[in-house]
Amino acid sequence: MSNIDSYEERAKGFSWSVSENELGYRDGEIINIGWYCTDRVCEQGKASKLALVWEGHTGAEKRYTYNDIRLASNTIGAFLRGLGIQAGERVCLFMDKIPELYLGFLGILKIGAIAQPLFSAFGDESLFFRLSNAETSAVITQRKHALKVRKILDRLPHIKHIVIVDHDGVSPLKDREVAFSLEKAGPVERLDIHPTTAETPSVLHYTSGTTGMPKGVKHVHYSLISQYLTAKWVLDLRDDDIYWCTADPGWVTGTSYGIIAPFALGVTQCVMDAGFSAEAWYRFIEKRRISMWYSAPTAIRSLMKAGDEIIGKFDLSSLRHLASVGEPLNSEAVVWSQKVFGKPFYDTYWQTETGCIVISNYPGMEVRPGSMGKPFPGITGTILDPNRNEPYPFRGKIGLVALKFDWPSRMRTYWNNEEAFRKKFRNGWYITGDRARIDKDGYFWFAGRDDDIINTAGHLVSPFEVESALLEHPAVAESAVVSKPDPINLEVVKAFVTLKPGFTASKDLDLEIMNFVRKKLSPLAMPQEIEFVDSLPKTRSGKIMRRILHAREWDEEIGDTSTLEND
Amino acid sequence: MDELKDIVLKYVTEEYLEADSDPITYDSPLISGGIVDSFSMVSLKRFLENKYNIRIPDGKATPEAFDSVNKIAVLVREFVKA
Repeated sequence: MSNIDSYEERAKGFSWSVSENELGYRDGEIINIGWYCTDRVCEQGKASKLALVWEGHTGAEKRYTYNDIRLASNTIGAFLRGLGIQAGERVCLFMDKIPELYLGFLGILKIGAIAQPLFSAFGDESLFFRLSNAETSAVITQRKHALKVRKILDRLPHIKHIVIVDHDGVSPLKDREVAFSLEKAGPVERLDIHPTTAETPSVLHYTSGTTGMPKGVKHVHYSLISQYLTAKWVLDLRDDDIYWCTADPGWVTGTSYGIIAPFALGVTQCVMDAGFSAEAWYRFIEKRRISMWYSAPTAIRSLMKAGDEIIGKFDLSSLRHLASVGEPLNSEAVVWSQKVFGKPFYDTYWQTETGCIVISNYPGMEVRPGSMGKPFPGITGTILDPNRNEPYPFRGKIGLVALKFDWPSRMRTYWNNEEAFRKKFRNGWYITGDRARIDKDGYFWFAGRDDDIINTAGHLVSPFEVESALLEHPAVAESAVVSKPDPINLEVVKAFVTLKPGFTASKDLDLEIMNFVRKKLSPLAMPQEIEFVDSLPKTRSGKIMRRILHAREWDEEIGDTSTLEND
Repeated sequence: MDELKDIVLKYVTEEYLEADSDPITYDSPLISGGIVDSFSMVSLKRFLENKYNIRIPDGKATPEAFDSVNKIAVLVREFVKA
């Protein structure tokens, strides 16, 4: 029997007090995620239970019990406090998936500071914007990534400290840098946990939008309430599970379900800090006896591409439950996993802004391959008529996926951008930006984005950001960025570029521009294809008509071209 | 000394490593070691195709085939000969 047992029964008369009671939280009391993930679990008698098993790409391994992560997070928290970091200040974690990333996240929360994890592959401009916008006070990083921070440091007066967790003890520390070693630091047995309450800010994740620059999504400590219960009921995490969430904590999946929920549930989780390879992944599942596996459609499709024969080389019988996140899971992948693993991947739908799973497939409920599933108990989801901003009175029609904005882990705002936050609502409904329909049985079916945002490998990339970066290349006169279909990543970035006089299209220029964007923004934002054109389709008023380029890439009807210049 | 391997090593070092990173060798795990991610692999493939005037089919451009300078050299030589 699954934790949720019956979705229909759970949904009847649901209240988040179910989760509050299990966590022993009462309204108005202190709630600190870091404490719930470590100290409380120890107090429940699980101090010697394995919390985290980490494996590096060389096979190096580190193991931490719940008492170990309690002490380590205390140690990091105390160190930050010793540097003068105070509650409410933003502390960025800019590291690979090493233990210090996970433990540092908890330590930051324990002292009441705001954790700002950033994907370690971000280029300096992506990094600069996020640190500047958040007025970040400190960055915890590794030697290999510190150089990117140094390049932009003179433009970041708010940064007081750059904490290097793997300093070699020999190289001179540069401006504002300080070395810290978890192994060498004396464990701190007792740390005064900052008395954070439900609405105290906890985590700041940046997410890309169609227009403008990325927005900082502000979450609060009360988010634990829905993250905990959704992990328990959707991921079906149990006390004896060995859990693997493949997401990087630079993204919200890696914090909500890669740190907060599993640790608060007192589950053992494994982390592999290595690049993707089908063999390595299957070997990891076999070696670690993974029972619950939370991954992403891009990875699943890459595994499909690697072939079924390789699976036969490994004992994957430990797998009990599988789930997927980041983008719609195509039905072929669901059918494939049923065939090769004996069980389907359960698709889960949510966003950085929602903080937790909001629409999902559930253990015990029929999985319809390709469907997003149904709203989590307590969450009201609907399809809004975009013309009336009211829910359709009937099922079956495609419209805007909208939610009643009242679950615990909903974002509280966009950092320093209330205006953008207000624009997320129509007629009291939170608009996700996705389109879908509901079938006669209440299952949601994804129908595409309502905007130009590109979802590549489950990560959102803003065409505006990529275009802005392209325009900084000396050869580029104009650019238009759209998504292009991709069998593995769902969509990838494609750029159309016109060149300035004196520059000639060539394969070398193509590669140079790709690398330029990759280093400025990130590998995800790098155009996978650049097409040099003489001109871009524009309206008579000079606005670039991206939808024409998009339609061509997706082999869709181009639609009305009456406003097209030179039609 | 292997000119092709040296060219690839130099390119990977210059494009994907930060200035004070530990130096890589012909055997360093590029993909599994997180030095070149799956998206960046596209630009590496493009470099190889441009440099050696070859076309590497997508089916051959796997993380395993790109996981070290040595392995990349084997792949490139396969298509240069062809």
